[in-house]
Amino acid sequence: MSSKTFKALEPYLLVTPQTIVFLLFLVFPILMIAIVSFWQFNGYAMIPAFTLDNYLSIFTSKVSLQTYLNTFKYVILVWFFCLAIAFPVSYFLAFYIQNQTLQIILFLICTVPFWTSNIIRMISWIPLLGKEGLVNQLLLGLHVVNQPVEWFLYSDFAVVLGMVHLYNFFMIAPIFNSLMRIDRTLITAAQDMGASGWQVLKEVILPLAAPGIAIGSIFVVTLVMGEFVTVRLMGGGQSASIGKLIQTQIGSLQYPLAAANAVILLIVTLILVIGILRIVNIRKEL
Amino acid sequence: MAKLSRRHLIRTGLAAGAAIAVTRCASNETAQAPNQAPSGTPANPAQSPEVNTNQTKDVTLRFIGTGVSQINEIRDKAQEDLGFKIEVRALSTEENNQIAITQPGQYDIFDGEFFSLPLVIPAGNLQAIDISRLKEFDKIVSIFTQGKFNGARVEQSQGTAPFKVMYLTEQGSKEFATSPTNWATLIPFQYNADTLGYRPDLVGRTIESWGELFNADFKGKTSILDIPQIGIMDAALVVESLGLMTFGDKGNMTREEIDRITNILIEQKQAGQFRAFWKTFDESVNLMTSGEVVLQSMWSPAVTAVKSKGFQCVYAPLKEGYRAWGGGIGLSKNLSGVALDAAYEYINWMLDGWVGAFLGRQGYYSAIPENAKKFMSEAEYAFWYEGKPATEDMIDPFGTKLESEGAVRDGGSFEERMGNVVVWNSTMQENTYLVQKWNEFIAS
Repeated sequence: MSSKTFKALEPYLLVTPQTIVFLLFLVFPILMIAIVSFWQFNGYAMIPAFTLDNYLSIFTSKVSLQTYLNTFKYVILVWFFCLAIAFPVSYFLAFYIQNQTLQIILFLICTVPFWTSNIIRMISWIPLLGKEGLVNQLLLGLHVVNQPVEWFLYSDFAVVLGMVHLYNFFMIAPIFNSLMRIDRTLITAAQDMGASGWQVLKEVILPLAAPGIAIGSIFVVTLVMGEFVTVRLMGGGQSASIGKLIQTQIGSLQYPLAAANAVILLIVTLILVIGILRIVNIRKEL
Repeated sequence: MAKLSRRHLIRTGLAAGAAIAVTRCASNETAQAPNQAPSGTPANPAQSPEVNTNQTKDVTLRFIGTGVSQINEIRDKAQEDLGFKIEVRALSTEENNQIAITQPGQYDIFDGEFFSLPLVIPAGNLQAIDISRLKEFDKIVSIFTQGKFNGARVEQSQGTAPFKVMYLTEQGSKEFATSPTNWATLIPFQYNADTLGYRPDLVGRTIESWGELFNADFKGKTSILDIPQIGIMDAALVVESLGLMTFGDKGNMTREEIDRITNILIEQKQAGQFRAFWKTFDESVNLMTSGEVVLQSMWSPAVTAVKSKGFQCVYAPLKEGYRAWGGGIGLSKNLSGVALDAAYEYINWMLDGWVGAFLGRQGYYSAIPENAKKFMSEAEYAFWYEGKPATEDMIDPFGTKLESEGAVRDGGSFEERMGNVVVWNSTMQENTYLVQKWNEFIAS
């Protein structure tokens, strides 16, 4: 083989492994899910015969709508609180901490929630937020309340709290990234032009941080859309999300129905992601 | 330079984030790869000098089952006594059924519940067990083998009672036989009568009826099981007890009945009757010990777990009766030749009593109580099976003290508890519809 043909082939050879992995572990499974979602099932087996029943039952059931609304509620709340916490944290890290070592250490501290397993994290909320938990004992001791507050645990509040705690970092990392890339001279220039601190934030920093916020939002939105572990454990099994619905169906061997739900979930999530990309031009970031 | 290192920092940060995302995703999945030991590994080299023509020594039997019985101590004892190798995999009830049905190549022996059989048998992955090869089949409790129990009300119990799915009409059949044949589906080895558990210190009185689960006194302090096929049976006992509705057959509800019962459940949920739902054993224990829940449907070992942590917990004998379950082992279709011989050896060993005694010390019943008795102390048998006060502390096989001297088992003797079973965990004909409605209940 001459070196010229090799040169021509080289890029193709280089992308081959990636492409195979991509096809095998992403495209193929999704295709399979899409195919299975049109199959019939009978409780213990899937029957490869075409049917629209799975989709019909999803679109005609009020449970699906209710569950989607509930999932959206979690998405909006978690996204909002993640952003509300992540932006100031990243801002502080990027602009107030000058020492780079300290910056790295503090950034790593943001990953603390990931230092234990998911299950242990969830269980440890009980002694904190439970009826006989630390927070309630404190409130009772201070006579703020006369009865233990029940909605701290096994409620929507608990679900949102659990997810914000888990996913905040996915918002912090990209926002921090964007803020670090902002050319500091721009800020100095704005100040020289007489901009107030608030104006600098609004006119310079926020627009430049937008791609980071968008990337973080994509992380958070997609993670929360498919969430089922936190919803089950923090919601005490009483809260519904699409992920949990799918999980129950898989547990009962209703694979085609679960697949149909998964396809719809994928489409809905993609629409949300596309929506975010429409608002913010994320390419500036990459 | 500064800019470069800053960029470097950013990159590391993003990489860390990605790594975390990846590990999180991975940790959500249960590791399912079976650790295959090379076949033919000698199970117990210490015994090798003895002249033995027994070929089963080279066999490895792969078990799947729930954590309730896939216990290392049992495996070790079986390997020691039988000489071949055993691999166990402990799964959740749901995973266990999924693998039994969808991945027949993954196991040789299925340790599952009788209520899963209406789904597992039609899938065709199990082979019928030749009863004539079992030494002591006739000694198995008649609830399983004949559907009889001295005329007690368990004989009229509803749901997927083991006897209804115990036999196949013939060797290769997928049809359940209505009367005994020579071909069995599962050979039972552990079962129990389940009921409501409660914290007497927090409830303050005796609970005697399933209906109490919906009592407004316990608003926000009760819990129910979030596995549709089991939870619905508990719910059925509750609504029947309160006179809210009646059923033709609780174990095989019609669509109208499922609609009505889920509507009642939804009303209760929206009124705030439940504190939480649980899916795994540990969750029910945590709910009880933390005082979040004072009254809930429970499994027997969960009650002992709560007690062993120093809390009072009663496994209430209720006037309406118990909901029971039965576990047994079945043989994979793939077993043949020497491996099949080994599997039969295992079943005979399992019925011989050691396993029964081991599980009996945790409160489960054995298929042949008289055999389990051989391996239990007199005090243990009197406490667990005869409902008599403990003449010594009751210690479980792992060394934890479960009951103090003088304690009496809740619900009394074996005959009283199993005789009063009124329903079994069930797979109904309307199972798909049930799951759909159950999801509606959870989502409401």
